Amino acid sequence: MQVPAPFEYERATSVDEAIALLTRHGADARLVAGGHSLLPMMKLRLARPETLIDINGLSDLDYIRVDGDEIALGAMTRHAAVLDSPLLAEHYRIFAEAERVIADPLVRNRGTVGGSLCQADPSEDLSAVFSALRGRAVIRAASGTRSVDLRDFHRGPYETAVGPAEILLEVRVPIRPRTGSAYQKVERRAGDWSIAAVGAFVQIDGDTISDVGIGITAVGAEHFACVAAEDQLRGSPATPEAVAAAAATCARSCHPSADQRGPEDYKRHLVEVLAGRALTQSIARARGEAS
Amino acid sequence: MTATEAPIPDVSTSAAGNPLGFGRMLRKEDARFVRGQGHYVDDVNLHGMLHSAILRSSYAHARIVSIDTSAAEAHPKVKAVITGKTLETLNLAWMPTLSGDVVSVLATDKVRFQGQEVAYVVAEDEYAARDALELIEVEYEPLPAVVDARHALDPDAPIIRDDLEGRTDNKIYDWEAGDQAACDEVFANAEVVVAEDMIYPRVHPAPMETCGSVAHMDKVTGKLTIWTTTQAPHAHRTIYALVAGLPEQKIQVISPDIGGGFGNKVGIYPGYVLSIVGSIVTGAPVKWVEDRSENLMSTSFARDYHMHGEIAATREGKILALRVDVLADHGAFNGVAQPTKFPAGFFHIFTGSYDYPAAHCKVTAVYTNKALGGVAYACSFRITEAVYLVERMVTCLADELKMDPAELRMKNLLRPEQFPYTSPTGWEYDSGDYPRALKEAMRIAGYDELRREQAERRAAAAGPDADPAAPLMGIGLSFFTEGVGAGPRKHMDILGLGMADGCELRIHPTGKAQLRLSVQTQGQGHETTFAQIVSHVIGLPPEDIEVIHGDTDNTPFGLGTYGSRSTPVSGAAAAVAAQRIKDKARIIAAAALECSVDDLEWEHGRWFVKGDPSQGKTIAEIAMAAHSSLELPEGVEGHLDASVVYNPPNLTYPFGAYICVVDVDPQTGVVKVRRFIAVDDCGPRINPMIVEGQVHGGLADGVGMALMEVIAFDSDGNNLGGSFMDYLLPTSMECPSWELGETVTPSPHHPIGVKGVGESATVGSPPAVVNAVLDAIQVRQADMPFTPAMTWRALQGRNLRPDLAIE
Ligand SMILES: Cc1cc2nc3c(=O)[nH]c(=O)nc-3n(C[C@H](O)[C@H](O)[C@H](O)COP(=O)(O)OP(=O)(O)OC[C@H]3O[C@@H](n4cnc5c(N)ncnc54)[C@H](O)[C@@H]3O)c2cc1C
Repeated sequence: MQVPAPFEYERATSVDEAIALLTRHGADARLVAGGHSLLPMMKLRLARPETLIDINGLSDLDYIRVDGDEIALGAMTRHAAVLDSPLLAEHYRIFAEAERVIADPLVRNRGTVGGSLCQADPSEDLSAVFSALRGRAVIRAASGTRSVDLRDFHRGPYETAVGPAEILLEVRVPIRPRTGSAYQKVERRAGDWSIAAVGAFVQIDGDTISDVGIGITAVGAEHFACVAAEDQLRGSPATPEAVAAAAATCARSCHPSADQRGPEDYKRHLVEVLAGRALTQSIARARGEAS
Repeated sequence: MTATEAPIPDVSTSAAGNPLGFGRMLRKEDARFVRGQGHYVDDVNLHGMLHSAILRSSYAHARIVSIDTSAAEAHPKVKAVITGKTLETLNLAWMPTLSGDVVSVLATDKVRFQGQEVAYVVAEDEYAARDALELIEVEYEPLPAVVDARHALDPDAPIIRDDLEGRTDNKIYDWEAGDQAACDEVFANAEVVVAEDMIYPRVHPAPMETCGSVAHMDKVTGKLTIWTTTQAPHAHRTIYALVAGLPEQKIQVISPDIGGGFGNKVGIYPGYVLSIVGSIVTGAPVKWVEDRSENLMSTSFARDYHMHGEIAATREGKILALRVDVLADHGAFNGVAQPTKFPAGFFHIFTGSYDYPAAHCKVTAVYTNKALGGVAYACSFRITEAVYLVERMVTCLADELKMDPAELRMKNLLRPEQFPYTSPTGWEYDSGDYPRALKEAMRIAGYDELRREQAERRAAAAGPDADPAAPLMGIGLSFFTEGVGAGPRKHMDILGLGMADGCELRIHPTGKAQLRLSVQTQGQGHETTFAQIVSHVIGLPPEDIEVIHGDTDNTPFGLGTYGSRSTPVSGAAAAVAAQRIKDKARIIAAAALECSVDDLEWEHGRWFVKGDPSQGKTIAEIAMAAHSSLELPEGVEGHLDASVVYNPPNLTYPFGAYICVVDVDPQTGVVKVRRFIAVDDCGPRINPMIVEGQVHGGLADGVGMALMEVIAFDSDGNNLGGSFMDYLLPTSMECPSWELGETVTPSPHHPIGVKGVGESATVGSPPAVVNAVLDAIQVRQADMPFTPAMTWRALQGRNLRPDLAIE
């Protein structure tokens, strides 16, 4: 059995208490949500927090709801709830399509939105989803609450804008009319992490793409996005040619590295294929031509 | 039948509804497994038991400069820290492997693969044991590692085994079979020759339960009891006696429920020996259970064959000859578990299921800086490599000849009248009707219809409106001949122990029976199948026959379960024992009925007087009589027992025809298995449900190996498959709903005609999947596993090597 190094355990009953505990225990304390990223790292002794602060009691952070012209997802929302949410299904198909291929039902029953984003694994799927949708992260510290654009949230592999005595409260995504979205991922096997995945939303105005977001994971895309391809598409006609050109831009601008999931040339090629498919599907959905 | 109708009484069924012999019944062992009440090694908890952990090398090849254990020893919960130096004083630093080499228990001079055992900690709990590992300081001097087997024999390759005196290179052996001159002559004159290089990459059996042991050396009685994950408890006992010098009568090896073996649990691992040493040193029972990464990185791997195959044929498609050169990567120690006379296992059965006179194989085995093993993962002593080679080569030949691969196979399959058939490399196939099995598979598949669909899709793909994302459809075939049930004593032994297996059958006075087996189930359902074998012969209900195995104090000697040998060998022993009981029961019945044995006739479960069926005795009545005061004829002993050691006259040769249909996404390289048709012939099926379960598991293995399973190494010798995030096993999502068929060709030499089936599907399925993928992408040769990247690169004509890190 792989066992973690010794650690202390505390249970937070409120957000304020969680922040107080983080403050008290200092930099060597870590929050634990679903534990599906943190505990494996602890068992391999790649992570060795001295104190674990359990936030599974914070059920008030478990929600998916409309708030003004945005959808808000609480940090403690489990993957399974995101997968099954009728609200998200109505506005953004990208969520269910991404969730369906994140891990397996066991992991999805425990793993959380907050844990996924805060883990900031370079192959994480929800990071690509929220980056595509240009969401905002709401972070609380003892001093108050601030909000960070998702595209500024990730500071590098396994590093985020959330400070040592802070907690991610929720993620907010703007509701957009005339919009279609999609998620395309290729993995070696069900439950495996992405070789590459691309998510997109496209907003249509007549025949023109009025807004677009492209999220990319596992291939070293900056901020899990491809701004150049978005700029290329915004305001252009929603044609196969425009999509193909944007997909090629995605492939060119990411930075994949070779590993047992594939060599660099394959990953780049895959980004192009998946970006093309995600954009095409998003456009068809925005036009109401595809389910 | 409606609920109100009375069921028709079925005399061939027991009171519990089980068949009195062969037929479907639920597995007896499942009552405990489905309740979570299995009892595995890790469930053994003894009073005062200590826990242990092994420090392993992070380097693939390095000299050990020093080991400082003082901080670990100072840990308050640590009871002992053991290094190779400690073991040297006990003469236990090295132990023999199953193939004439030695392997270190704890490294003394060098580490030779990543994950090798370096130090051992015994502590009060497993947390403390693991914590203490971090307190041990080892200073290494890294050495260049031999990673690519193709460079193991380079003149400047580092010498891995400098512990062996006089070693100047990394070669383990050269071995060959077949008539080279005759084979070369056929090749020189052949109209068509196809040559291909292929790798059967290193894979791992990855049983759900990892390896472990609980050793208890009782200082007072001098008895060593070891609960351990072993497929071969008796062989382990004898080896412990030989290696550690312990008296064999004082060693009890208990193999409780085993969570899968697949060959992973045949050999003796350093951890087992260390738990014994730990118990001797501390005087307390000591548990050692490895974690998943330790299992994947340090225990018996499988395959790792680099093969160059050549096949010769006429233009009309008559196969004339097959030859193959193999470079076998055995890792840092030659630790394969196979019969002594067969250093390459049964690989030389590679001529397969076809009729041609000439064949030759040459195997060169080398040391590399990788874990040891080679024979595991349901491979039937490397028949899986052999079947892969011949089934790939025949498919390549069909491609060359532009002939349908089914037609080419049909043209060359051995014909029923050729059995028993002696192969060009000396195997005597016992029985078979191969064309019938292939026809049956093609019938179930709707083969012609599949080919029509494929032709239509290909035409559409070549047309003007072709969809570049349209899936490419591929159809792959494989026809395999297995050879299982090792084996005849005069040919087969392991470490000098002949491969005969024992069985004891005891009918108690009330007619309930106990059957003691030398083989050890790891999920195959022995407790059910073997009860059914006895039931088949003497008609007692299977639920009245308790199967006992896995405890050397309570079962007869034998070599254990692997190579699909249990039913061919111990199953035969059980049938013979039951037959002896039946014969003896006749004598006792005659005494009880006061008639002559010749006056008695058998109906299932009962001897009765010819012409007067009301005058008879059931086996249960006879059992009571056998234990009673009834006077028995001169020379007939009381009680109703039999004990048998079965020496199989030959292997049994199950076979099968498999067809796989895949769809490949040409843009992403993703392979989806659409259908898999498996027709198996393993002779009569004792419990068809269990047979189907074995086949299902093996087919999933085949999909796994063909599409995702591989252990590659980077240039420093780091194992790139050391966790289940990296070493991928297939899930139900990758497996289609299997379509099974059967033909039945009994074995002429097995007492009840059955053949082994535990490994058939694992052996037969990988080439079917690979042939289907390559048929889809219309590429003649590329190596598995066909992950999306491997498939896409094959489509590009730039194949990746599966055994090395992807760069
Ligand atoms: C077998 C397996 C397969 C997987 N496959 C995929 C996959 O294909 N795609 C994918 O995207 N993911 C995958 N995952 C990861 C999975 O989605 C995890 O559940 C998720 O990444 C982490 O969520 P968690 O709630 O378990 O986080 P935890 O493990 O509890 O925490 C992760 C990190 O986030 C921090 N944290 C958690 N909540 C907060 C918060 N509210 N505020 C601040 N910090 C916080 C923790 O301190 C910790 O550092 C897989 C995991 C497993 C075990």
